[in-house]
Amino acid sequence: MIWNAFAIAIREISRNLTRAFLTVLGVFIGVASIITMVTLGGGATLAVKEQISSLGSNLLTLRPGAGFGSRGSSAGVPHFTEMDSVILGEQIASIAAIAPVRTASLSTIYLNNARASTITGTTPVYFQINKWTIAEGRFFTDADLRSGGAVCVIGNTVRVELFGTDNPIGASIRIGRASIEVIGLLATKGQAGMGDQDDTIIMPLSTLQRRLIGRTSSNDINQISISAVEGTDSIALIAEITQIMRQRRNLQSNQDNNFNIFDTRQIAETLGSTTQLMTMLLAAVAGVSLLVGGIGIMNIMLVSVTERTREIGIRLAIGATASEVLLQFLVEAVTLSCIGGIAGIILAFGLCYGLAQVIKVPFNFNTQINVVAFVFSAIVGVMFGYMPARRAAKLNPIDALRHE
Amino acid sequence: MNQPPLIELRGLTKTYGVGDAMFQALKGIDLTIHRGEFVAIMGPSGSGKSTLMNLLGCLDTPTTGSYRYEGIEVETLNSNQRSLLRRYALGFVFQGFNLLPRTSALENVELPLLYRGMARKERQEKATAALNSVGLPNKLNNTPGELSGGQQQRVAIARAIVTEPSTLFADEPTGNLDSVTTQDVVEILTRLNVDRGITILLVTHEEDVAACARRTIVIKDGLVASDTQRS
Ligand SMILES: Nc1ncnc2c1ncn2[C@@H]1O[C@H](COP(=O)(O)OP(=O)(O)OP(=O)(O)O)[C@@H](O)[C@H]1O
Ligand SMILES: [Mg+2]
Repeated sequence: MIWNAFAIAIREISRNLTRAFLTVLGVFIGVASIITMVTLGGGATLAVKEQISSLGSNLLTLRPGAGFGSRGSSAGVPHFTEMDSVILGEQIASIAAIAPVRTASLSTIYLNNARASTITGTTPVYFQINKWTIAEGRFFTDADLRSGGAVCVIGNTVRVELFGTDNPIGASIRIGRASIEVIGLLATKGQAGMGDQDDTIIMPLSTLQRRLIGRTSSNDINQISISAVEGTDSIALIAEITQIMRQRRNLQSNQDNNFNIFDTRQIAETLGSTTQLMTMLLAAVAGVSLLVGGIGIMNIMLVSVTERTREIGIRLAIGATASEVLLQFLVEAVTLSCIGGIAGIILAFGLCYGLAQVIKVPFNFNTQINVVAFVFSAIVGVMFGYMPARRAAKLNPIDALRHE
Repeated sequence: MNQPPLIELRGLTKTYGVGDAMFQALKGIDLTIHRGEFVAIMGPSGSGKSTLMNLLGCLDTPTTGSYRYEGIEVETLNSNQRSLLRRYALGFVFQGFNLLPRTSALENVELPLLYRGMARKERQEKATAALNSVGLPNKLNNTPGELSGGQQQRVAIARAIVTEPSTLFADEPTGNLDSVTTQDVVEILTRLNVDRGITILLVTHEEDVAACARRTIVIKDGLVASDTQRS
């Protein structure tokens, strides 16, 4: 009986290919769109999370100036001193590591290749604070810092642009007016929300100060990087830092802060919830398209209900039982829904794979949404294919035949 | 051995619609038909012939009255059992053909055999033979849309006789046929009746078609007006 129903169902499908195609299309579009949107949304969320964790959590950055926006100008505002960094590190217990940072934009030359690069002068803990790992060679050390050695480590973007395929380790590059040896290549971090992190050259602070730019004042630190002890309340930490810095910068109680503190965890939380919202939005849009697909199926079914009711009447009249007819319709609906669902999954897989590369997000196959979309569309297809048949099969054959 | 008659109707009525639109198409039919009979049913248009045939063919349910088929009260059968009765015992030729659209003549005729669980090869042989016997040997693969009214009618006849039912109900099977083909169909039906003992009830407006039956029942206004046997 199953085989019989299957044979009849397949024959009935092949007999009306347009109807079959439109039914399949509804399921297909619904499944493909919901899977694509949710998978890509998930990829984007993952990408943001990865970038944020590559920035380092519990990372605070102290900068001169009142902050972002119109008041954020740091013109005329005094920079920090190395002493500021030392004092903060000594006085605040919840600071795990702290590094003064001096940046400068200078021309860099290797053989015939030249480019402008941002040079960061800092102390070795900076690597730890910012979660840099070394790909080749070594970081510079406290000994390099003390001696002001002519050494630097470079990011991958700098390697690619200056060295091409040459091995950078041990080579010397000209930075400004000095010749500096490359001792290490940083493992890549990729694009973060705030630009290419791999476009960087890092050297001991003393080297930058003495060999490259000369020092006119002790107020030459334009950033202090701080990593907090795991589990620290960053609000309290920011309050402590603010208090000490106001004191050190002789601010009166009626004066605003002339420095700002940038907390990556807050950024991470904001970005995280934003992408999550985006994913939910995409899923909602995709859900609507699944619904539209379902309505499409329903329409096809309703349009053909008269013809199908007559067909049911004929089958009943020549001796088919209601359950045989229903089994046939069920097999038809399941077959069409499954074809549509599987085709949708295949298309979604291809789309996700291609689009993930185009918009540069990781592609991770989300089994759950594939199953959910498939099951949901199968239910829609079966419901709309089966329900009208169920009603018709309950009729007297003659009433089904007379249906108009 | 006192076998019950094949068909026994007592006070059968059929009312269509409700309220003001109510219409009593059959007003109390009493009828007994025995195995092997060939009965012609005649009567003016709208007198209730098709209504009666639908009830006899278990395609519809009467409003009141009793219908016994081989002694079984049909009212007591559920829809499943009635399907099986139609499948194994009854054949029906509709006034309006009722063929599956976009389905070849051969497949249409095969259909009742399919529900009997017959193997493909045997099914095709029987269906081809049935179509041959109604004079459509070279229209096997045409769909109803590609056939004339008379040809569709012959496919419908082939579909009804292919299962060799115990009882064949034919509602104006020659209504769309020319006199030559009508004669062929009448011959086929007579042969089924005589050679195979199939009981046949045939609705017709044509006197010469009715003439091949040994018994003629005339329906008027939902009642049996006359019931005559010929020898
Ligand atoms: N489904 C229905 N609903 C309401 N009235 C109906 C229905 N079917 C038939 N009738 C009415 O019942 C009466 C008998 O109809 P029926 O089809 O049995 O006539 P008939 O004798 O077969 O006529 P014809 O020779 O034209 O085929 C007619 O008056 C018809 O209008
Ligand atoms: Mg009629």
